[in-house]
Amino acid sequence: MCQVDEDYDSLLERHVVASDTKKCNKCKETTAALILKPGETFCRCCFKDHFVHKFRAMLGKNRIIFPGEKVLLAVSGGSSSCAMLNQVQQGLSQKAHKKLRFKPGIVYIDEGCVLGQSLEERQKTMAQIQSLFKRAGFPYHIIPLEMVLNLPSSVLEPVHVATDDPAGNYKVAVDHFMQTNPGHFLDSNTQVDQSEPSLLTDGTVPQLIDEAQTQILQELFSMVKTLTAKEDLLHTLRRHVLVSTARAEGYSKLMLGENCTRLAVKLLANIAMGRGAQLAVDTAFSDPRYGDIVAVRPMRDYTAKEISLYNYMCNVPSVFIPSLETKTTDKSSIQRLTESFVVKLQGDFPSTVSTIYRTSEKLQTANFTEDIATVSLKCLLCMCTLETTLGETSAFQATLISEQLSQHICRITNLAIGSHVPSHSLLCINCCLLFFSCSRGGDSMNLESFLCYSCQQTVKDMTSVKFLPQYIMSEAQRRNRRSQMRHEISEFLLNEDQDSTSIKAES
Amino acid sequence: MPVQCSRCAEQRAVLKRPKTSQSLCKDCFFWVFEEEVHHTIVSAGLFKAGETVAIGASGGKDSTVLAHVMKVLNERYQYGLHLILLSVDEGITGYRDDSLETVKRNQQQYDLPLKIVSYEELYGWTMDAIVKQVGMKNNCTFCGVFRRQALDRGAKLLNVDKICTGHNADDLAETVLMNVLRGDIARLRRCTAISTSSGGEGVLPRCKPLKYAYEKEIVLYAYFKKLDYFSTECIYSPNAYRGHARAFLKDLESVRPSAIMAVLHSGENLSVKESVKMPVQGTCSRCGYISSQTLCKACVLLEGLNRGLPRLGIGKHHRLHGKLLSQQPLTEAEERKLKAVDF
Repeated sequence: MCQVDEDYDSLLERHVVASDTKKCNKCKETTAALILKPGETFCRCCFKDHFVHKFRAMLGKNRIIFPGEKVLLAVSGGSSSCAMLNQVQQGLSQKAHKKLRFKPGIVYIDEGCVLGQSLEERQKTMAQIQSLFKRAGFPYHIIPLEMVLNLPSSVLEPVHVATDDPAGNYKVAVDHFMQTNPGHFLDSNTQVDQSEPSLLTDGTVPQLIDEAQTQILQELFSMVKTLTAKEDLLHTLRRHVLVSTARAEGYSKLMLGENCTRLAVKLLANIAMGRGAQLAVDTAFSDPRYGDIVAVRPMRDYTAKEISLYNYMCNVPSVFIPSLETKTTDKSSIQRLTESFVVKLQGDFPSTVSTIYRTSEKLQTANFTEDIATVSLKCLLCMCTLETTLGETSAFQATLISEQLSQHICRITNLAIGSHVPSHSLLCINCCLLFFSCSRGGDSMNLESFLCYSCQQTVKDMTSVKFLPQYIMSEAQRRNRRSQMRHEISEFLLNEDQDSTSIKAES
Repeated sequence: MPVQCSRCAEQRAVLKRPKTSQSLCKDCFFWVFEEEVHHTIVSAGLFKAGETVAIGASGGKDSTVLAHVMKVLNERYQYGLHLILLSVDEGITGYRDDSLETVKRNQQQYDLPLKIVSYEELYGWTMDAIVKQVGMKNNCTFCGVFRRQALDRGAKLLNVDKICTGHNADDLAETVLMNVLRGDIARLRRCTAISTSSGGEGVLPRCKPLKYAYEKEIVLYAYFKKLDYFSTECIYSPNAYRGHARAFLKDLESVRPSAIMAVLHSGENLSVKESVKMPVQGTCSRCGYISSQTLCKACVLLEGLNRGLPRLGIGKHHRLHGKLLSQQPLTEAEERKLKAVDF
């Protein structure tokens, strides 16, 4: 168990395949052009077929995207999401063997403000993206992250949709589509709604950036002390903008371009950030946490290497856009550290990524609180089920206890933990000072009680929460009022949800 | 300028807690550390009054601190436990013989009874002899599997109710990461449990009272208490793969100290799909120890050693279990695969 060689002998074996006379493994005729894995050689033609097939198979297997449905592709400009865009383009083109039948749109979110880019730099990036999107020929939306300040607080509430048997639904939807669109195999260009009115599709994008808003966002991010928390916060805000854009523009699916390597890194990083309970929604094919908008990850079967090879061979254009992690060292954040760890380990043990990825497929989201009104028990930021209400013996409780115990002595006296009081005086001058500094500069509301473990960690890394966007704060206030109300009437409520605090030891 | 202890605000702080980064004086740190272990024990209901508990003692820092804290808490809170030190002698010259000396000194310092069981008397093999046959590769598998069972057998000899081991938060977090990297979903699910479920009769529950204690705090505790412990790496463990997980965890800790607890939190909250096949726990048909196969790992390893086929227990050879049980000879091809690898 503590040694590498125990069960891993097979992982260590390296096949020597250097000869350029190798034949393609698939057609066994042409000379192979690339080696995906040891023993998996392809010629150009077969590799393209293989790549396309994988994409189609992923969508076909999961049957989540219905024909005629509007799907929003989140494209960051990176190789993975650009490959996804390329696949959708190909799938909708007339030549395609079995045409995809959904209606795509593209969204790009410009995060230049967080990186401290100037307006000119941001306009340049957006122009690049715009030309990329124009070539794709789908309706597109280029949105600056500043939009997050205009979001309604309804973003934070999942919209419930009646869920019947999804397989049955799919069949009904297909039949319906075939009846209403008998000519769906016609030219795809007429299908795409070019006339769709969208504020954001004309060339006036840069004017949408309000400099005052840029400043607010920059101040918000300057309050975050660690890069780990910055990345986490940015990820959360980006998701909110994506979901709200999809809702506003009438899309019902959101396509994310995360690939297998990315997801393996994300899984491990999420474990290290305490997101164990949410691993399934964060890495599975479909992510239903928003209710009406389902996020799907059709690229999750491709490794980063596969995508790079494909983009290189098929000249798929992508745009380099720096991120928070660009030009940072390995230890600058948990996400960055995990990435370099996984990439390095993958070099030595080639099945690292696929093993982690397969682990993720065996996980599911746990339902801790099915009985109680569910909405109030979702995390305010990541919108996953709160897992902080677990029993007394948990890492979360142990951390709380550690914090309480190390705090100033007069605060512990009312803690019913033990009768032993060490030989120190109980009162002292500093206690008032300490007590006030704990309440975080007068924020009377306890934001943390609405957050999951990991989002709590992120908020803890912020010096102040006052710059959080209004929609988050007002939703928090609303929940605060609700919980106060609930507290006031608690004695009259007939609820069976007994607290799990009844475990007492006889020692 | 000297920093004041943030808890008592009287004495000078001597350390910054790795877990919460608060500055504490020596006395406050001792108290806080012990209270936390107490809280873990009480809230998880690990022990009942009157029970006899064996403390797995290796002489290393974790088990030395565990023995000390258990003794302190047992007296302070009147747990009413009978504590016994239980050591396993793997028979590693230059390593275990030295660390056992530490355990013997601990026995006198803490005034606790001590029982030592050795691989030689249980299995007829010392680790030195095993390494001679197996080589430097894979020998940790033998040691780990045998120790686990040796602890249980020793505990049964002593007629105790429970075993507690010195696994700390770092160890557990490391195991969580390891199991993700190996894709071992069954172990991933149970590795964060504080106490093994008392499966059937004859299976002793084992628990980890130091589960939420950081390794660094354990070292700090031992350092300031001037506890006598043995700190040398085992001479046979190059620790390659676990080493990766360990290094990664240490890096994580340096980026964000709360990451260790976060990994534990993740591990505790993982939920495995019901459709995933899990091994069913049964008992070994030869020795009666818990096993998910017809033969337990220890028996397979031992059989391999005795037949001169050390690789029998390395990797998966479930198909051969039937042959082993009926004492049939193996075919030549099978034997060739299972012989020690020559270097």
